Amino acid sequence: MYTIDSRLQTIDPIIETMKQQELIPHLFRTEFRKIAAVLCKHFGIENIQTAEDIASDTFLSAVDTWTYKGIPANPTAWLYTVAKNKAKNHFHRAKIFSQKVAAEIKNSSTELEHPEVNLTEQNIKDSQLQMLFAICHPLIPFESQVGLALRILCGFGINEIATAFLTNTETINKRLFRAKEKLRAEKVKIEFPGKAEINDRLDTVLTTLYLLFSEGYYSESDDMILREDLCAEAMRMTYMLIENEETNLPRVNALYALMCFHSSRFAARKNEKGELVLYHEQDESLWNQELITKGIYFLHEAAKGDKLSKYHIEASIAYWHTIKADTKEKWDNILQLYNKLLVIEYSPIAALNRTYALSKVKGKQVAIAEAEKLHLTTNHFYFTLLGELYTGIDKKKAKESFDQALTLAKTQTDKQTIRKRIDELSA
Amino acid sequence: MRHEDGTKIASPEQMQEWMKQTMDWIGGIAAQNKFVSGTGLPFDNAKVVTTKNSKPVVTNGPFGDIKETIGGLIVVKAESVEEAVEFAKGCPVLQGEGNSLEVRKIAKGDGVH
Repeated sequence: MYTIDSRLQTIDPIIETMKQQELIPHLFRTEFRKIAAVLCKHFGIENIQTAEDIASDTFLSAVDTWTYKGIPANPTAWLYTVAKNKAKNHFHRAKIFSQKVAAEIKNSSTELEHPEVNLTEQNIKDSQLQMLFAICHPLIPFESQVGLALRILCGFGINEIATAFLTNTETINKRLFRAKEKLRAEKVKIEFPGKAEINDRLDTVLTTLYLLFSEGYYSESDDMILREDLCAEAMRMTYMLIENEETNLPRVNALYALMCFHSSRFAARKNEKGELVLYHEQDESLWNQELITKGIYFLHEAAKGDKLSKYHIEASIAYWHTIKADTKEKWDNILQLYNKLLVIEYSPIAALNRTYALSKVKGKQVAIAEAEKLHLTTNHFYFTLLGELYTGIDKKKAKESFDQALTLAKTQTDKQTIRKRIDELSA
Repeated sequence: MRHEDGTKIASPEQMQEWMKQTMDWIGGIAAQNKFVSGTGLPFDNAKVVTTKNSKPVVTNGPFGDIKETIGGLIVVKAESVEEAVEFAKGCPVLQGEGNSLEVRKIAKGDGVH
């Protein structure tokens, strides 16, 4: 006769395996980056690869050991202990090696005791922040900064990074390798930048986080979950800067507000089939009000300084987009903000959006005249905008513009959107 | 940008409207990636430095004896003086009768006029 107990015993190993299958990836996501950052800080930037390897190794040990012995009472503590030991062993081996080499060249090495790896909460925070500054270094290209940040600071796999960038793992491996070599060659220090340079260095960090977020938000990759993960990671790292007193600056808060406003629309921008839903077709009841409120809070925090950054302006534009109704006030404000943004920094997308806002404030004819001056003739969004503006004014020109946009569009999503507009035109 | 009479005081609403129009004008140039820099030149706390008997004399504001005042300047990237003139034509300052814009080349510009 089966008792409940004996049946549970039979099921137990299965549950255990299932738990592991969920737990290890989860822990990998939350703990890999902490261990990797602390080890990088501990060993120095020249050993960034060693740090990464030890962190990966720690998780391999977990998979091996936990499969036989079950999940330990405190899995995180277990990981930290194993990582510490692996680091110690590595150092020990390295020391023996260097001593042997040293003996051969008759040069005695000094007997310095290597300090233990410090995995306290405070040191984890400090190391992650310092690594953020080391990785987002002006010496290496932005795409490498983003890649390295995803690997070391977010614990992303190489294949995930490759998917996000729409490229292969080989390209990413090469890119990351070159970036690590550069950091090593230039002896970049893992430390918090001094007062004199913090402003410039912070700008580089913010640009990287902004790009990382945009990569997730506007990426051409079809993997929606991965894309939202990229945004979440960019937000997490931006928040790390807010938590730190010295980097809790108005423009950091503005960037965070911008991210909150944008990500409030995640649920609304995809349909059941996972296709992209355009802004004006979104069901605003799906907009995340909590994130919008959070965005407003941080935008207020951002208003404490006396310098207006492009993040302030972009966050304010994003704020107006959290109000769905087409009011005169809304578009007046958006147009003025785009005017300001373009004066600070030109970008084709800002120029196009400004012209769209202009059409909302001053009508399509005025906007068409200005749009024709933009000459962004390699940009499919340019022709989509022209098509949009000519719709209801000049059907032939509208059709021509959309056709042009269709030839230039690269992704299926974009092509689909344009085709829909053409169909609506002839309907 | 030259204003016929800088002593006229506009209402805050009027100022705000002018500001919007000016920003729309500048935004249109910036959207073409042709804006370089620019600034308004407010009249408050303006001084005039002249010489009298070889000594500098400082007076408050030029508005008493000079007919025109400079209200601001903008630097643009233009292919030709004609293009710069086209930009100038859109300036809202021209809505005021007698106001004018002077289009000049920047000295030692590296291809930037």
